[in-house]
Amino acid sequence: MKPLYMLKALTPDASAALEKAGISRRNFIKGSGALIVGFGMARLTGGLAAFQRLDGAGSNQLDSWIAIAADGSVTAYTGKCELGHGLYTAQTQLIAEELSVPLDRVKLIQCDTALTPDQGTTSGAQSHPTNFNQNNLALAGASAREALIQRAATRLGVSVDQLAVKDGVVSAKTDPSKKVSYGELIGGRSFGISLNPKAKRKHPTEWTVLGKPIPRIEIPAMAAGQFEYVHNVRVPGMLHGQVVRPPAVGAALVSVDEKSVLGMPGVVKVVVKKNFVGVVAEKPWQAIQAAAKLKATWTPGSGLPAHGSFHEYLRNQKPARDTFLVNSKDVDEKLAGAVKVVKATYMYPYQMHGSIGSSCAVADVQGDRATIWSPTQAVYPLRNTAAMVLGLRPENVRVIFRMGSGCYGINGADTVSYDAALLSQAAGRPVRVQLTRKDEMAWENYGLAFVIDQRAGLNAGETIVCWDHESWSPTLGGRPGATNPGNVVTGFLAGFEPAAFAARTPAPDPANFGNNNNAVPSYVTGCVGGRCGGTGTVASQRVMTHDVKSPFWTGPLRSPARLQNTFAHESFMDEIAAHVKADTVEYRLRHLSDPRLIEVVKSAAKAANWDSRPSPRPGIRKTGIAAGRGIACVLYEGDNGYCAGVAEVEVHQDTGAIAVKRLVIANDCGPISNPDGLRNQLEGGALHGVSRTLLEEVTWDDQKVTSIDWRTYRPLAVGADVPKIETVLLNRPDVPATGAGETAVTVVAAAIANAVFDATGARVRQVPITPERVKAALAARQL
Amino acid sequence: MSVINLKVNGRSHTLDVDPATPLLYILSDDLELRGPKFGCGLGQCGACTVIVKGQAVRSCMTPVSAATGSEITTLEGLGTVNKPHAIQKAFIDEQAMQCGFCINGVIMTAKAFLDRNPKASGAQIQQAMSGVLCRCHAHIRIFRAINRYMQEVKS
Repeated sequence: MKPLYMLKALTPDASAALEKAGISRRNFIKGSGALIVGFGMARLTGGLAAFQRLDGAGSNQLDSWIAIAADGSVTAYTGKCELGHGLYTAQTQLIAEELSVPLDRVKLIQCDTALTPDQGTTSGAQSHPTNFNQNNLALAGASAREALIQRAATRLGVSVDQLAVKDGVVSAKTDPSKKVSYGELIGGRSFGISLNPKAKRKHPTEWTVLGKPIPRIEIPAMAAGQFEYVHNVRVPGMLHGQVVRPPAVGAALVSVDEKSVLGMPGVVKVVVKKNFVGVVAEKPWQAIQAAAKLKATWTPGSGLPAHGSFHEYLRNQKPARDTFLVNSKDVDEKLAGAVKVVKATYMYPYQMHGSIGSSCAVADVQGDRATIWSPTQAVYPLRNTAAMVLGLRPENVRVIFRMGSGCYGINGADTVSYDAALLSQAAGRPVRVQLTRKDEMAWENYGLAFVIDQRAGLNAGETIVCWDHESWSPTLGGRPGATNPGNVVTGFLAGFEPAAFAARTPAPDPANFGNNNNAVPSYVTGCVGGRCGGTGTVASQRVMTHDVKSPFWTGPLRSPARLQNTFAHESFMDEIAAHVKADTVEYRLRHLSDPRLIEVVKSAAKAANWDSRPSPRPGIRKTGIAAGRGIACVLYEGDNGYCAGVAEVEVHQDTGAIAVKRLVIANDCGPISNPDGLRNQLEGGALHGVSRTLLEEVTWDDQKVTSIDWRTYRPLAVGADVPKIETVLLNRPDVPATGAGETAVTVVAAAIANAVFDATGARVRQVPITPERVKAALAARQL
Repeated sequence: MSVINLKVNGRSHTLDVDPATPLLYILSDDLELRGPKFGCGLGQCGACTVIVKGQAVRSCMTPVSAATGSEITTLEGLGTVNKPHAIQKAFIDEQAMQCGFCINGVIMTAKAFLDRNPKASGAQIQQAMSGVLCRCHAHIRIFRAINRYMQEVKS
């Protein structure tokens, strides 16, 4: 029995919270031998598949979520972590609201495999749907409040409906002297009950804490340089590691000359495991110097397809995994009978997460046990895959989330966690690794490149009667989930294969409608098997996607595939509207059926003082600065947040440069948890969209990635000219909460491309919309 | 290795280090300061910025030997959570960050520039911030915070 190891590893915050809550998690697991086992009874029955879930299967035991101390203070436990998007504050608001306690009496513990429920991965804009509706954390809050009121009713001899709660005190409505506090009711003891699926959540109209623009809890410490990022975690006896990645994609290790560095100051160890190479030293600078000097011999790389013709390469890749999202089986016939057919092809590059801080983790592997401080979005899945990489039992690995630099998807967080773990295991001491800029950028899991063909047939009334979409996109690896450490570079180098590519041709008929990647345009009915899940009116529809093998690692990057598909759909809709000389807003509305999507389009247009007329604008001159406006919209993931954006641009026709002057973003994510936090996300998402639309593209030569620093991968600097951004928040208290962190970024590329067309009559169908591409489109335009 | 004297945020430190070590590692590892951060190690993003002799300096590219004898100010040297400096307060009031990792570079670069150029125009401030990156793209709020700080300095 050795629980001390795990307790020793409790972070000061967690220990303090436990102490404050007056309840030791050891109570749950007395005699079980390891703290980690304590929380998992509900989880263990879920099996491995549960790790992959994004819906927050969590735990059905109230004590897994909420503990109340004798002084009435509340500790809540969540498996959804702060990534810079304000979730920590919003979840704290949620618990304060549901329990009717002041915000400062709630302490939230996030993402720690020894302490918090298993909620899979914090990703996919799923945190709000998961924890703010009638389940998980929100349900725990409501269940706890009802259980406490029930106890108070018994204690006070007053019926439940005659009781009210304020500031953690339950009192009789008619006789306020009859009262009892949460601390008196349960302080320091466990609830011992399940979540109550029927517990009644407070209606948004009753909210006093949730729904308010509460300032972010971490920001004062961040602004003062006091906040503890994973980069600041320090463990006694800690060493510093650096990795040595292959010089080319596909290169394998031949040999390492350890003597080339062993005399260097501070160098402790050279570590080699298959193709994984690293060095460990006493100081960070010593490790960096040793990694640069280490003589390693590698085989030549496997060669890379030409960057300039990569989209053609994708289109011709075999084998492919073919999928029909919708297929009404009459599209060819409708196209043949159409009065007009409009066609276009759109291209999108690989882009990177490019976190401002390169990824960092600290690992302490001692014998058969390990503790990893990681900025991962997925503590439980990482526990499993780190155990695989280390050859340990998952239950002997503890992963503690510590916030890293903003990730926007799977940056180097998981891979650097394996790096630190492997180096610590070899060195027998705790090791901290922060990747170099080049190691971060050259080997991360890039956002997906795409090539997309679109065709639409129109009838004599200039209405769309059929829509045909076909796309090709390369994939390799991705999130490791619970079983695939080889989905990121370190796991692969250490000997694990990425998840197998499951080729499939021909595609089977779709069984159910799903639009998770927004491959299906908003303007079709989305009818599959007699049930229609789309947001539009076009009945004849075919959406075919081809996943092909990627030469580079790929993975989710803010609005994965959804941004790329939306760029293609919303640009194409604009092209069709221009083709029939209709106003592009009016033409969209004519083909939409979903009232909430219609509402965000109308709201954005109204706030932007939309000038209703066909594009391009009349009276275009072929030189000088041309101004125009464009719009785009999306129902993110087909069911997870509505957004429309209007872009106003100026195009410098002599240079091809685009200045985005104004962005108007209208957003509907159901009931708003924190309006200022939401605006911050929409503003940041919109500008992230501008950066990705105009500037960002991963490049490579015949052997290796050449986007390896901020000179070779240029985003929008803080000092760059940026547009005015106006946000329109549509608050809907009576529908479920949906995601909002990835909606704005999704609509910006098409809105800008459409505005460029409106201004100039030139259509750019490839991101990034560089001055060269604008000039080529200007030269090709027909006015 | 050699003995180096550093003055950081008003305190003197004597350290036995390789004098070629970039200042950043001394600050963040030996002194365990959390303000300056490793972003790129190439002087391209600003995350490591500290103020030396009134100038914003990229500590990831500055050998510690070049900083001896000078007063070095880091983000935590400006103010504290309970008593933030006016520029830190402006960023808190405007909620002008998301992950916050870049904000050291943003605040230290802006402060060093505005101390020397209190009446700078918007375009001049943009120019001063042109080598600073924020990947959460909180640019709008960052400039709102800088403007708020300038107003407070004026009054």
